[in-house]
Amino acid sequence: MNLISPAHTTGRVIGDVLLKVDNISLSFGGVKALTDVSFDIREGEIRAIIGPNGAGKSSMLNCINGFYHPQQGTITYKGEARKQMRPHDAAAQGIARTFQNIALFKGMSTLDNIMTGRLLKMKTGFFAQALHWGPAQKEEIEHREFVERIIDFLEIQAIRKVQVGRLPYGLQKRVELGRALAAEPDLLLLDEPMAGMNVEEKEDMCRFILDVNDEFGTTIVLIEHDMGVVMDISDRVVVLEYGRKIADGLPDDVRTDRKVIDAYLGVSH
Amino acid sequence: MLYREAGQFKTTYAADQAIFPILQDRLGTIAILVVAFVGVPLVATEYVYTGLLIPFLVLSLAAIGLNLLVGYCGQLSLGTGAFMAVGAYAAYKLITFFPFLNIFVLFALAGGIAALVGVLFGVPSLRIKGFYLAVATLAAQFFIDWLFIRIKWFTNDQVNAVAPETVIFGHRFGTAAERYLLALVIVVVMALIAKNLVRGRIGRAWMAVRDMDIAAEIIGIPLLRTKLLAFAVSSFYCGVAGAMWGFLHLGAWEPLTFDINRSFQVLFMVIIGGLGSILGCFLGAAFISIVPILLNQVPAAIGVPIDTALGQHLEFMIFGALIIFFLIAEPHGLARLWQVGKEKLRLWPFPH
Amino acid sequence: MGFFIEVLIGGLLAGVLYSLVALGFVLIFKASGVFNFAQGAMVLFAALSLVRMMEVMPFWLAFILACAIMVALGWAIERIVLRPLVNQEGIILFMATLGIAFFLDGFGQTIWGSDVYTLELGVPKGPMFIMESLFEGGILVDKLDIFAAVVAGGLVLALALFFQKTKTGLALRAVADDHQAAQSIGVPLNYIWLIVWSVAGIVALVAGMVWGAKLGVQFSIALVALKALPVLILGGFTSVPGAIIGGLIIGAGEKISEIYLGPVFGGGIENWFAYVLALVFLLYRPQGLFGERIIERV
Repeated sequence: MNLISPAHTTGRVIGDVLLKVDNISLSFGGVKALTDVSFDIREGEIRAIIGPNGAGKSSMLNCINGFYHPQQGTITYKGEARKQMRPHDAAAQGIARTFQNIALFKGMSTLDNIMTGRLLKMKTGFFAQALHWGPAQKEEIEHREFVERIIDFLEIQAIRKVQVGRLPYGLQKRVELGRALAAEPDLLLLDEPMAGMNVEEKEDMCRFILDVNDEFGTTIVLIEHDMGVVMDISDRVVVLEYGRKIADGLPDDVRTDRKVIDAYLGVSH
Repeated sequence: MLYREAGQFKTTYAADQAIFPILQDRLGTIAILVVAFVGVPLVATEYVYTGLLIPFLVLSLAAIGLNLLVGYCGQLSLGTGAFMAVGAYAAYKLITFFPFLNIFVLFALAGGIAALVGVLFGVPSLRIKGFYLAVATLAAQFFIDWLFIRIKWFTNDQVNAVAPETVIFGHRFGTAAERYLLALVIVVVMALIAKNLVRGRIGRAWMAVRDMDIAAEIIGIPLLRTKLLAFAVSSFYCGVAGAMWGFLHLGAWEPLTFDINRSFQVLFMVIIGGLGSILGCFLGAAFISIVPILLNQVPAAIGVPIDTALGQHLEFMIFGALIIFFLIAEPHGLARLWQVGKEKLRLWPFPH
Repeated sequence: MGFFIEVLIGGLLAGVLYSLVALGFVLIFKASGVFNFAQGAMVLFAALSLVRMMEVMPFWLAFILACAIMVALGWAIERIVLRPLVNQEGIILFMATLGIAFFLDGFGQTIWGSDVYTLELGVPKGPMFIMESLFEGGILVDKLDIFAAVVAGGLVLALALFFQKTKTGLALRAVADDHQAAQSIGVPLNYIWLIVWSVAGIVALVAGMVWGAKLGVQFSIALVALKALPVLILGGFTSVPGAIIGGLIIGAGEKISEIYLGPVFGGGIENWFAYVLALVFLLYRPQGLFGERIIERV
């Protein structure tokens, strides 16, 4: 694997800071999940957050999309600084995410699950919906077309009508990615998208993530434990340990950082 | 053999999303509607209308209302009877003040009032879920029970409310057959609307809230609005059903006809018929309507008469046992059994 | 003032009866996470069995046999209903207990009949005056209510000792916390559930005994199950002391509101007061006074 320059860069432009977190501190009762964490995310880049278990990585994502409210610090998104986001606002402003333990709607089919990602964009009123024939049907078909393109992109055509609860783990993760993509996000938060996958599935997932970043310019924040993946596809890396940031920079720099090696990576003997 | 889909290719998304994508289903449904609208009035007797068909239709509508709330949106409600009562008494007071009201308008208004009450008792659903929410609906049920018994204004100072005869555009709807057709029209239209709602964005939002409300909130679904909408629509349907129960079925009713037992009855229909299925509402209602009749007729027919008290106890036992049976064997009720049956029909007579 | 105390004490004692029923709920919910809607039906069934058997045998024998019947019932419920549904969600289990409740109602009345039966426990009944030194004329209470309070107290003590001091009690608490973890350390789940349902059955029997002595054994007792819901909301679904305190609050609250608020509304508010109170409580403290807060993680 070529580690000097990420293999995939073509004409990608990495822009200004899209999201910045400043001095975020989060605690639950006596447990300090995050202490004084600050970093930024630039538009169009792939940013990885790594660290041992319990470091606060998922909590950080939860703060960014407003599910947790930090006791201290500010989050600045698209130029606007806030003490905390609300999930609904985060979604409306173009932040989408996937979850460590899959948060799909198990009673619905793949197609319906991904369609729920389009809900914020569906505008027809109640009575139009009750009638269905007319504007509601037209809107439904429009969004169906968009979702079908995502289904093609993720190569899950065969399971589109299958109830999601019955799918194997790897496919569920892919459907979850589809749901996040359906919202056409500006910022995509992925929480261990490759957990529990074999090499082939991981390669597929990497390919999807890179394609999304390449084609749509979506900014991606990625929590991942597989160092090969992280070093290969990310532009910059943040390392957390026990709720604190211990390193921040290019993958190569982070890989050779003493603190990171001690805390997390270890050395091969 | 008969049920093959071979050769039925859907070339548009509209065709794929249709309510009855398979031709045989469409034909079957049309056949049922023809029988219902034309065939039945040719052969049915007064008893069949008042004892079987009209209550079946009205209770199906109430079941649809409850299913939207419990089966699609996942909010447990034990207050169905109360919302039906609100619809019935609202219609009663409205017709007292405005005797000239067209009955469709009357039912719609009554449903609307029931919807408002439903929203009121649904507000707690933002903070509480599951059984706790059931308590809120129980509060509604018992409070509304008390309200209509105590406050005489609702019953125009009589013990029972007596509904005036229905007149539409000058034509009197007095006979059982006419009331049946009226009920049939209302139920078919409202069932269609319900189906449209659940296959569109509203139904999807409800099901998302049902399956994992945290995830739903995170992808941007406004929880309170979605839940309150479910309460509103559900109560509207129950309210209309209540008004129909009073006006088209009973003619005169006492407050206790909408008590907690009614709520349980509708809940059983929804469970047995299948949570999250519009078809299931009809299947469940049919099932629950038939059992008491069977219990009445069969023992006498085979020469082992049982008295009414014992009959009622047996009814309880049978319902209880059936609920348990369905929950174990097929938690998705008769509707799923029907689906599985159709799957097998696709292959029949081949084994696989 | 004296009258208020009278109403208060009357309400508290009525609340004890609610607590007895709520105790059964708490036991089952604590150990298996199932909200047993059939508790009220179990109370009725137990009381019916007891009172009918007492027609042909002495009390102590009937009581023992009734206990045996409740244990058998517990075994049947665990085997026939719970085991097949073991991995389903809470709402399915709740509806299953709804089915059990209806079945038991019909079954009990088919076997034992559906009249109202008086239950003679040989316990002193009738009113008496207490605290005559504090209040002029004394406070009027019913001897049977005092008896019920004593019984309830004894039961709570016995249960508390059982949970805290015995090995089985410890196993029950482990199961209540996490089924799978308890299983993986070797706790025999089915056996535990059998014990829980049997104990709950016996608690139901005691509750039925006391209710039956006070009101006569009749069908309306089954509806008590519904009344226990507000008690549990106030006290928390998993707390034994909570069930007691919740019951007392609801009992007292109902009586006091009926006497003092009732005339404003035209009377009869006892029917819904408890639920509305529970509802208001839910909005501010969803886990009840003693329950545990559940934090949901994503």
